[in-house]
Amino acid sequence: MVNVLIKADKINKTYKLFAEEVKAVKDVDLEILQGEFIAIMGPSGSGKTTLLDILGCLDRVSSGKLQVLDNDVSVLKESSLVKIRRANIGFVFQEFLLIPTLTALENVELPLLFGKLPQDRNKAIKLLQMVGLGNRVNHLPKELSGGERQRVAIARALVTSPKILFADEPTGNLDTKSGQQIFDIFKELNQKDGLTIVLTTHNNKLGLQAKRIVYLKDGHIVSKEESSLYA
Amino acid sequence: MKIISVAFKNLQRKKIRTFLTIGGVAIAVGVLVSLMGFDAGYQKSLTNDIDKMGYQVLVTAKGCPYEAATLMLKGGGGLRYMEQSVYDKIAKDPRIERISPQLAATEFDKDRQNGQGGIVLYMGVSNSYLELKPWSKFKSGKWFSNDDADEVIIGYEAAELEQRVPGDEMLVPNLNKVLKVVGIFERTGTQDDGVIFIPLKTAQRIFDLPGKLTGIGIKLKEIGSLGDFEESLYNEPGIQVISMAQVKGTIFNLVSSSKVMTNSVAIIAILIAVIGVINTILMSVFERTKEIGVMKAIGASRLDVFRIIWLETTLICVLGGIIGDIVAILGTSAVEHIIRQILPYAPAGKLVIITPGLMIGSFLGAVVMGLIAGIYPAFRASSMRPVEAIRLGD
Repeated sequence: MVNVLIKADKINKTYKLFAEEVKAVKDVDLEILQGEFIAIMGPSGSGKTTLLDILGCLDRVSSGKLQVLDNDVSVLKESSLVKIRRANIGFVFQEFLLIPTLTALENVELPLLFGKLPQDRNKAIKLLQMVGLGNRVNHLPKELSGGERQRVAIARALVTSPKILFADEPTGNLDTKSGQQIFDIFKELNQKDGLTIVLTTHNNKLGLQAKRIVYLKDGHIVSKEESSLYA
Repeated sequence: MKIISVAFKNLQRKKIRTFLTIGGVAIAVGVLVSLMGFDAGYQKSLTNDIDKMGYQVLVTAKGCPYEAATLMLKGGGGLRYMEQSVYDKIAKDPRIERISPQLAATEFDKDRQNGQGGIVLYMGVSNSYLELKPWSKFKSGKWFSNDDADEVIIGYEAAELEQRVPGDEMLVPNLNKVLKVVGIFERTGTQDDGVIFIPLKTAQRIFDLPGKLTGIGIKLKEIGSLGDFEESLYNEPGIQVISMAQVKGTIFNLVSSSKVMTNSVAIIAILIAVIGVINTILMSVFERTKEIGVMKAIGASRLDVFRIIWLETTLICVLGGIIGDIVAILGTSAVEHIIRQILPYAPAGKLVIITPGLMIGSFLGAVVMGLIAGIYPAFRASSMRPVEAIRLGD
């Protein structure tokens, strides 16, 4: 029996941009199973990021039903969403979004602080070693390259041992080589540790290396196919 | 890692801005502490000054009582004279415990204050002066050899200023009269420290005021008989009776009306500082919109964000409070100097007294100030919705 982590049933997201109503996500049905590695792809403005935010409980649906780990999050308040995010979800962003005043290690420890979890410094250090930054733990973000910053962000997302990792254009601000390195970390996390990963990208070369590809266009899912290139 | 270190590190990010904001708080707290220290110190010194006069009632020649009070406190009091016969008459009253006649006179000494010139105050006193002020002690020397001797005893500060020791001779300026120093008083912390004392008869002689007095200090056996005693003197022509309680009350009233003004200034300074802190923190919250969004995305609750911002504000105010206290303490003598120049009458002794209680109180006040100033920015930060903060935060 395969475990369904997220189940989206005809979810919609509408928001107001000035006077105009914009439908960013339209009638999306999607199931995410444990151990999946999904790339959400599509042109700019197709609603990739909005869909990712909704699935990651950062944003709320306008209509439809969304279940995340057996919680009906379409009816939950922000205060309840925080608890679900804290316990189950890790986030990586295109712009890394590290706290500039904190060292790499402190950035990784931050979710433990917010999660009221034991301050497990060894775990944070191990994660930084895992992403290849064992000798950079006390560096500030500004002292790190883009690829290194994104690796800190990945370690930060993993420190609470989430069930799902969401990554929004994680390679979008990186050169090709660093981008591939980051992508390889995701692949390894998925294959070795069985971590469920959902990311958005408009980089075909990388996106096609995921297990499953969800194509979005104008907020609709146009296809959900297994990738042939996944290895 | 702790929440407080997240807050502290953020304050270090914009050092100049943080420093200026702390400076604003420090100035406000410093002004407040100085003013409150002045309130306390002034009252204490004034009370000390008046209590150490040793008499409860002063009889002077008729005139404006406030003018007389001020002149008397300044040690002058010599503009109007009364006859010594008044003293002889009053002295017989059985309600009096001690009574001491005085004749004050001033001379301008052009050599004083490094050639700027200054007023020298001479006070003719009789032997009863020491009875009225039993705490007066000699630093060196002794009392006059007789009540008409050409001798002086110098107050502590006047002796330091004039650089005199017993045995020296000193010239009374403008009169060409040489007097011999026989004694120097210990410091009393009152106006008497600046006075040059001479025997009453000598004073009447050399200042050419035979049979004249400027004041009579009286201490009663029973303080309760003060009212009766004052009344019995109303019929004496050419004199007036001033009780020290009245003088104290009058001066306190004058001071407290100016206190309202200075306290308003302090409150406005505090208000400006609070608004400055709110403005600074609010700005830094808006600048960090994305960071706050990402904190929420990685698990920070509203309360977590609220606490971080609140702590930042409180840290600023706590540091401002500490620095303000230090500035107030270091600035005490400067403030005293300024106040002495401004006030028409300033008592001797310390004008600004900053007690540990005042410091603790002002510190707690600064903490409360920070807690209040932090509420709105912290509320704004904690109300940010994560996705909007991250995606639209540019």
